[in-house]
Amino acid sequence: MSMNLEERLKENPELKKQVDELNVFIDEHGTREGSLINVLHRAQEIFGYLPDEILEYVAKKLNVPRSSVYGVVTFYHFFSRVPKGRHTISVCLGTACYVRGGNNVYDKIVKTLGIKAGETTQDGRFSLDLVRCVGACGLAPVVVIDKDTYGRSTPDKVVTLLNKYA
Amino acid sequence: MIRNQLLVCAGGACITSGEKSVKDVLVEELKKNNIEDEVQLIETGCMGACDLGPIVVVYPEGTFYQKVNVKNAPLIVTEHLVKGRTVPDLLYSEPVGEKKAHTSAEIPFYARQVKRVLRNCGAIDPLSIDEYIARDGYFALAKALEMTQEEIIKLLIDSGLRGRGGAGFPTGLKWKAAREAVGSPKYVVCNGDEGDPGAFMDRSVLEGDPHSIIEAMTIAGYAIGAQKGYMYVRAEYPLAIERFDYALSKAREMGFLGDNILNSGFDFDIEIRIGAGAFVCGEETALLRSIEGKRGTPTVKPPFPAQSGLWGQPTLINNVETYANISQIIIKGAEWFRSVGSLKSPGTKVFALAGNVQNTGLVEVPMGTTLRELVFEIGGGIPGGKKFKAAQTGGPSGGVITADYLDMPIDFDTVKEIGTIMGSGGLIVLDETSCMVDVAKFYLGFTVDESCGKCTPCREGTRQMYQMLERICDGKGKDGDIQKLNRLAETIKDTSLCGLGQSAPNPVLSTIRFYKDEYEAHIGEKRCPAHVCKHLLVYSINAEKCVGCTACARQCPAQAIAGEVRKAHVIDQSKCIKCGSCYETCRFGAISKE
Repeated sequence: MSMNLEERLKENPELKKQVDELNVFIDEHGTREGSLINVLHRAQEIFGYLPDEILEYVAKKLNVPRSSVYGVVTFYHFFSRVPKGRHTISVCLGTACYVRGGNNVYDKIVKTLGIKAGETTQDGRFSLDLVRCVGACGLAPVVVIDKDTYGRSTPDKVVTLLNKYA
Repeated sequence: MIRNQLLVCAGGACITSGEKSVKDVLVEELKKNNIEDEVQLIETGCMGACDLGPIVVVYPEGTFYQKVNVKNAPLIVTEHLVKGRTVPDLLYSEPVGEKKAHTSAEIPFYARQVKRVLRNCGAIDPLSIDEYIARDGYFALAKALEMTQEEIIKLLIDSGLRGRGGAGFPTGLKWKAAREAVGSPKYVVCNGDEGDPGAFMDRSVLEGDPHSIIEAMTIAGYAIGAQKGYMYVRAEYPLAIERFDYALSKAREMGFLGDNILNSGFDFDIEIRIGAGAFVCGEETALLRSIEGKRGTPTVKPPFPAQSGLWGQPTLINNVETYANISQIIIKGAEWFRSVGSLKSPGTKVFALAGNVQNTGLVEVPMGTTLRELVFEIGGGIPGGKKFKAAQTGGPSGGVITADYLDMPIDFDTVKEIGTIMGSGGLIVLDETSCMVDVAKFYLGFTVDESCGKCTPCREGTRQMYQMLERICDGKGKDGDIQKLNRLAETIKDTSLCGLGQSAPNPVLSTIRFYKDEYEAHIGEKRCPAHVCKHLLVYSINAEKCVGCTACARQCPAQAIAGEVRKAHVIDQSKCIKCGSCYETCRFGAISKE
């Protein structure tokens, strides 16, 4: 980071809009005790991930040590400090999905996209994650792409499915 | 005038199966037939039979239509609602025989259930507070506010209700401790961090009957003297968060939350806190840290949350399903609650049936129901003619119930005797194709990932155990491994800080106890009896079936397959990396794995 956030905000109206959006949330909820995690959720929704400069910003705004913010972000799986792809594929490997072959579905996606869990494709199209149970066990194995949940998935079905996401 | 009601299940599984588009088609079709004023369409919470979704039920008849899709949904309107004829193709029929079920009561999956916790799930519109009130909703709150705190707590103690989150601690005693604790303010917390993979009853209650939890938490607030509640839900359940949040706003509008509730002078409100994907936050002390906005690491007990919880203040924390029992106990009394279930575990339990079982979904049965009833009568048995092997309960903290115990009544205490726990009620059915060493490894892998790292036995010990299991599954097991696993497991159980670590070795101990022969086959004979562990498989080509198409040889990433065109091929076992691509590629069934 060559420039600090304040300077960049002047030059980048897009970024300013995002930060303003975050401010609205912080003004409304940030004063409540223990609101850090909720604020980080909102920040990740706005920016797609949690860039270091935003973490610093949040720390200042909430008057929480930067080390604590870093500690929280790295503790919880949900938070990502690296940019995510346009679409996030979450393969469920909860028990029900596992015994019904969820790992075969995962292997197929790994083969097809050439990325492993936690990685993003070079073209920025997909990020791949493993999750432990999304609570749709009746339809195992389950794959979640963005906000859509697909049940009874098979290695073959999932490849066709990926084509729907550009 | 409304003459019919269409209940469309909008539980998570039905939405996944296409509920939204089915609903749109139904709405469209009602308009087309000009009966949109006579027929009311209601989206409900989960009806439980996830495998049959999307589900549509027509009232007042109660006709139960299953596996509805956009193509056949119009028939429900044009045939049933317009012409008064049921649509036979959409009725449930027994896997064997021709008999069709018209209502849910005729379906074995539902017939044996006793719906208390799930009484409103799938029966009312979760977004409508009026429908909740019409089913005695908030009546318990009104009644409780006229009782003394002691009376409420005594009633709960008398009912014998035990915490549904897993350990089965008597709920009344927990409330008593929180009430008697010195300190102000006090807090009420609901643990909706349903992390046990395979369990989804809390999700269903929060999505299908959110007001029942709000009501119970408010009663709890009154009983212990708290004015603030926190609902902690995992981020993986966005729909639950949305519906609960909406329910909160409605409850505030109606004066069931906020200041001077029902003119009693009692103030209470609830705030939602969203998890961020950490299994350990289901442990109560870790959950409290997470609500405080910190890393979710557990702390030593005592002090228990009842004495020192959120921000060091007395805090009552219960699980979603526990709260879902409260208002009915207040209304109907302790005797009524004890009228089903077993002596020491009264009431019902919701199980999430999943895995290799015919009918998956949520079922609520009296405590003390046997595994046989659950798996074979309600669950419809094992699909594909396979044999039942075991049921796993308690997730990563539990163990297995084997075929020998099919007729044992299941409650908090009986399952403990055979080395597993009730847990939150996830019941994963395993058939003969499951390798128990692999299952144990699966759960331990989960714990290794989810260990918060605070205490050494859990952080390092589970990893050591996992690596040992990995070796065993890779065919590198050594004599004495089983003893080593046992010894390490006992140490971890004895010395870990929180429930996660203390119970992490359970899946291994339980499978060693009941399936030692499988461990021995992996270690001694380098063989996986269930043909699951990749490295222990041997792929070979049946010369008689092989036509010499060369497809497998071309596919093999290790060049381990040799042979001439149109002649039988051979796999060089020393080169084979057991990836299975030949097995998948062969169109002639010439490759076997053993």
